[in-house]
Amino acid sequence: MYVAVKGGEAAIAAAHALLDKERRGEPAIPELTTDQIREQLALAVDRVMCEGSLYDRDLAALAIKQARGDLIEAIFLVRAYRSTLPRFGYATPIDTGSMTIRRRISATFKDLPGGQVLGPTFDYTHRLLDDRRHGAAPVVQPLRKAVEDDAAVPHVSDLLGEQGLIEPNPRAVNDEAVGDLTRDPLSFPADRDLRLQSLSRGDEGLLLALGYSTQRGYGRTHPFAGEIRMGPVEVHFVPEELGFEVSLGTILVTECEMVNQFKGSAESPPQFTRGYGLTFGHCERKAMSMALVDRALRARELGEEVVAPAQDEEFVLSHTDNVQATGFVEHLKLPHYVDFQAELQLVRQMRCEWEAANRKEAAE
Amino acid sequence: MSDAAHYNFAYLDEQTKRMIRRALLKAVAIPGYQVPFASREMPMPYGWGTGGVQVTASVLGPDDILKVIDQGADDTTNAVSIRKFFERTAGIATTTHTRDATVIQTRHRIPEAPLKEGQILVYQVPIPEPLRFLEPRETETRRQHALEDYGLMHVKLYEDIARHGHIATTYAYPVKVDDRYIMDPSPTPKFDNPKMDMCPALQLFGAGREKRIYALPPYTKVVSLDFEDHPFERTKFDRGCELCGAEGIYLDEVVTDDRGGCMYVCSDTDYCEGRRAAPHAAAPPIREARR
Repeated sequence: MYVAVKGGEAAIAAAHALLDKERRGEPAIPELTTDQIREQLALAVDRVMCEGSLYDRDLAALAIKQARGDLIEAIFLVRAYRSTLPRFGYATPIDTGSMTIRRRISATFKDLPGGQVLGPTFDYTHRLLDDRRHGAAPVVQPLRKAVEDDAAVPHVSDLLGEQGLIEPNPRAVNDEAVGDLTRDPLSFPADRDLRLQSLSRGDEGLLLALGYSTQRGYGRTHPFAGEIRMGPVEVHFVPEELGFEVSLGTILVTECEMVNQFKGSAESPPQFTRGYGLTFGHCERKAMSMALVDRALRARELGEEVVAPAQDEEFVLSHTDNVQATGFVEHLKLPHYVDFQAELQLVRQMRCEWEAANRKEAAE
Repeated sequence: MSDAAHYNFAYLDEQTKRMIRRALLKAVAIPGYQVPFASREMPMPYGWGTGGVQVTASVLGPDDILKVIDQGADDTTNAVSIRKFFERTAGIATTTHTRDATVIQTRHRIPEAPLKEGQILVYQVPIPEPLRFLEPRETETRRQHALEDYGLMHVKLYEDIARHGHIATTYAYPVKVDDRYIMDPSPTPKFDNPKMDMCPALQLFGAGREKRIYALPPYTKVVSLDFEDHPFERTKFDRGCELCGAEGIYLDEVVTDDRGGCMYVCSDTDYCEGRRAAPHAAAPPIREARR
């Protein structure tokens, strides 16, 4: 005999206790510390900071541990915490030109002022599983090269810009505040500031696929990796009561500037166009994908025909946020039996009507 | 950080609540119009009631008594989770009784017991745009609402009739509000649509992921879309609840074995329990109602 289901509360508590046990894994194996995650799974930490839109390595490491390594869940934890933080102001724009370079490469010039700096990269490693990594492998001390303090590392795009070969970066309009989609709902058409913000916190997987699709012909933009640079930059803030700039510290960022196809018009001579990517931490794949998608989304502005998904801002921006996406996809797990009941009744009714119609037809 | 004491009353900071209250005021002033608002990330997933939770958090006061239902039931897992959230973050009293609640947050149902003046019903809304599945672009649907251009919807309903002989929508059945806006009643079964019309309670709708709020002030005209020759029909059950004997209410079909056996019981658990605790004279005794 059915009695109305009770005990949702007890079931939830029991499920969460089980989750805690599973998170810990085999008790004989030492527990992972958040310090270890922060230091040794640094790229996971970077991704969580970037898509979580919160630069805090310790919180990101904690989130990764709490989420059992599920990065989207960790991003969600960071985002939920983030929305409780008061907003005390906006930093001045960071200057990636004055970055302390840890990696800087250009695919468009063999050599250039500041040089090519490979930095810590998987590039050119042979992807062979290395069983020395099971245990404590000795770490070879990397070579150090003295850098002159005043060594200029200009942006590649600035080198092109001096000759007018690439479109200038749009100037900030002083009295126009930069949009903030965490404070105002997104509406369409969205300007590039909001698009870039959305892409920067968007899902790496989605941006990778969309960027890839442009390379395969769905909204082709003929990209060259003009420059990828990664390193710490200083963050400055002007407190109202002081009226002058103070440094808040440094953050690690990855920047990618794509140099894309040129097109002239009656008003302007042929020149390269730009796609821009910027992420917290070392998220190079994401920064490159972002730059490809940013350029694709400029189709309307550059008078290109919008024919591919990556060029469609309403499509792209509505679906980049993985916290939104995972919530709505996974909400299908919630009970829907009231609506299903309504559909069940309708399908039964329609089947009756269909059978009656068929019977009538057979009789005629 | 897991300690609720670290957070503001009802989780959200006061600035955010003010922003949401402004959106609510606008929504009440223009019944059925979808007001964009800067929805926040909540500590539960998008699609699991974040819109409703933000609206509830913004209207709750320390003296409020909150009821949370999902599928009509107080004890479904997500209803339990949301109720617990407000118990922890707002320390307010909660109830399962419709009549005692000042704020009721719901997903997919309107309680069977009539609501009264002073009560607030907060709906969790997944897709606020009634035209969304006819036109995926927000830019386009906003234009259609602005111009009251609802031809697309009427054509859809007409095509249903042409194909099936009746309108084949059973939940999220579109309504017209105050003779102006077409509104999605959230995915409540169409059985509940008539309860929205001229309801004495304030009805607020929150869609967190889609960042929209809309509202029905008390005593607002709400009409389910139909045609003169194909009037709106409320879903009817040809039986009553097998636990309390109530008729004319919404039923859940509960599968009892793997041979097609099932029974029908009230979807509204509070209504059902109330009747079983104090059966009215009009209600058939429980034993007779059972098979």
